[in-house]
Amino acid sequence: MITLVDSSLRDGMHSVRHSFSPEQVAAVAAGLDRAGVDAIEVSHGDGVGGSSIQYGRSVFPDAALIEAAAGAVSQARIAALLLPGIGTLRRLREAQALGASIARIATHCTEADIAEQHIAWAASHGMTAVGFLMMSHMIEPAELATQARLMESYGASVVYIVDSAGALVPNTAAARVAALRSELRAETAVGFHAHNNLGCGVGNALAAADAGASWLDGSLRGLGAGAGNAQLEVLAAALERSGHETRAELFPLMDVAEEVVAELMERPQIIDRTALSIGYAGVYSSFLLHAERAAAKFGVEPRDVLMELGRRRIVGGQEDMIIDAAAELAEQRG
Amino acid sequence: MGIKAAVLGPGNIGTDLLVKLQRSTAVETALMVGVYEDSPGLARARELGVESSARGIDAVLERDEIQLVFDATGARAHREHAPLLAAAGKVCVDLTPAALGPYVVPCVNLDAHLDAPDLNMVTCGGQATIPMVHAIDRVADVAYAEIVATISSRSAGPGTRQNIDEFTETTARGLERVGGADEGKAIIILNPAEPPILMRDTVFAQVRRPDAGAIETSVLEMLERMRSYVPGVRLRLCDVDGELVTVLLEIEGAGDFLPPYAGNLDVMTAAAAEVGERLAERLLSGAGATA
Repeated sequence: MITLVDSSLRDGMHSVRHSFSPEQVAAVAAGLDRAGVDAIEVSHGDGVGGSSIQYGRSVFPDAALIEAAAGAVSQARIAALLLPGIGTLRRLREAQALGASIARIATHCTEADIAEQHIAWAASHGMTAVGFLMMSHMIEPAELATQARLMESYGASVVYIVDSAGALVPNTAAARVAALRSELRAETAVGFHAHNNLGCGVGNALAAADAGASWLDGSLRGLGAGAGNAQLEVLAAALERSGHETRAELFPLMDVAEEVVAELMERPQIIDRTALSIGYAGVYSSFLLHAERAAAKFGVEPRDVLMELGRRRIVGGQEDMIIDAAAELAEQRG
Repeated sequence: MGIKAAVLGPGNIGTDLLVKLQRSTAVETALMVGVYEDSPGLARARELGVESSARGIDAVLERDEIQLVFDATGARAHREHAPLLAAAGKVCVDLTPAALGPYVVPCVNLDAHLDAPDLNMVTCGGQATIPMVHAIDRVADVAYAEIVATISSRSAGPGTRQNIDEFTETTARGLERVGGADEGKAIIILNPAEPPILMRDTVFAQVRRPDAGAIETSVLEMLERMRSYVPGVRLRLCDVDGELVTVLLEIEGAGDFLPPYAGNLDVMTAAAAEVGERLAERLLSGAGATA
């Protein structure tokens, strides 16, 4: 049985500049709940406490959004994402008090040990603690498994391979899932979070499921950073056709995508030149809009900025380096 | 003869600080203190000609001639050390994020808390960015300051990793109390790239009086003051766009003991040495001797 997690109201926040209102969140969450989706992640795109100049200001506080989602569901669980170094435990406590019961603690794939405090707190306070290894394409499967074991040792009952850059393809995604599956305890689930920058979002999620992942993320209409996530309603259908069971019902899922989410989108969730450059360069998907803005300000091409960031091996969260790279490219051009 | 001092904590920070203090005439580091006999840091101190002890805080407390103590252990240990040192009449420069005493950033408020028994050095990110927030605030009135400190994974020790919330919370308070921002927010990012990246610090400030010329002049003046004790700090960009000021910094360490990429640790030890120097000069001149 696959546990499906919707990320439209968290990762999807990147594509609407963190602007969803409590009413919009409630409408989407209610639809997901009716469709039988297991969990709904809600917050600023960079997690609770992510509202900032660096990542973009939230129009509404995370607390109001989590509360709205929790009030709109009857069976689905609410998940809150926290990136240690950006948000703090105080934000997670607040999220739990408002109805979140799943804590997703995200670090760069080599830095699992900065999440010890947060994972341990979540696990010992009645939350399902989930470890999130971001930018997983940057290291080899065996090294990822070592980091996943750290998260498991802190109390995570699920550890995700997060393809933040949308840089994985089915065989590299599957190899990473298989490495975690063989290294983690049998009762620890492996998850996969896809981005579609190389057009492999749903395909990677399917490959991950075949390799033993049992928690899969997606978002309605693919709404998410870069070219978006695995499109949830498509993923649900494809999982069914490939013989994987979920608790979701396809038609109600299609309906909420079409009737609610499509109306909220500010731009089509497509693989344009900038999004493809993100996947190809292997940089963080949420750099998309920031790169377009910085490139326009300094009169350079977004693609050149993204390729330069890839060369510098910039990690998630370093949006300030987009400005740095754009300014440097502009100076080099004279 | 300088003021006799001890360094608590013979780790990377303590050792780098010791190397810097050895260049001082006002501070005479008499003792390096750890808790493990076989600590490589204690051996390094002896190689540098400094007496060492593995008996912890007791080794300092029983030495009346030691007036100045640098605590480079951890926040929890410092909470135990602080009352003991204060009771013994020893002034302490605290390099841990315990944040018990007032925050000191040398190029902003070096003289503001010289009578305090315990002076806190905020965080590495705070030492790097608070000067810039203050520089902007004094000419443009900062309503909100946000900093992003990116450090190489190799330079992030176990203390930082186990309590990363302490870093963000203490730094944010420093942006407000010392930097002068009405509201502060701090973000820390670890980057594992090899070879290790230099420390990068970004300051975003939302200001009420966006006078680009005055802001730039103030930032450049502050940069020169910082460079007097952190020579490796460089300005990559100072941009004023409407009410948003963006300052990008890069910090290369002096390479005293820690490698040059660890600008984050260098800015901390350099600032602590600067504060120690000032405290020692004051003790030598007789002021504060009755404290």
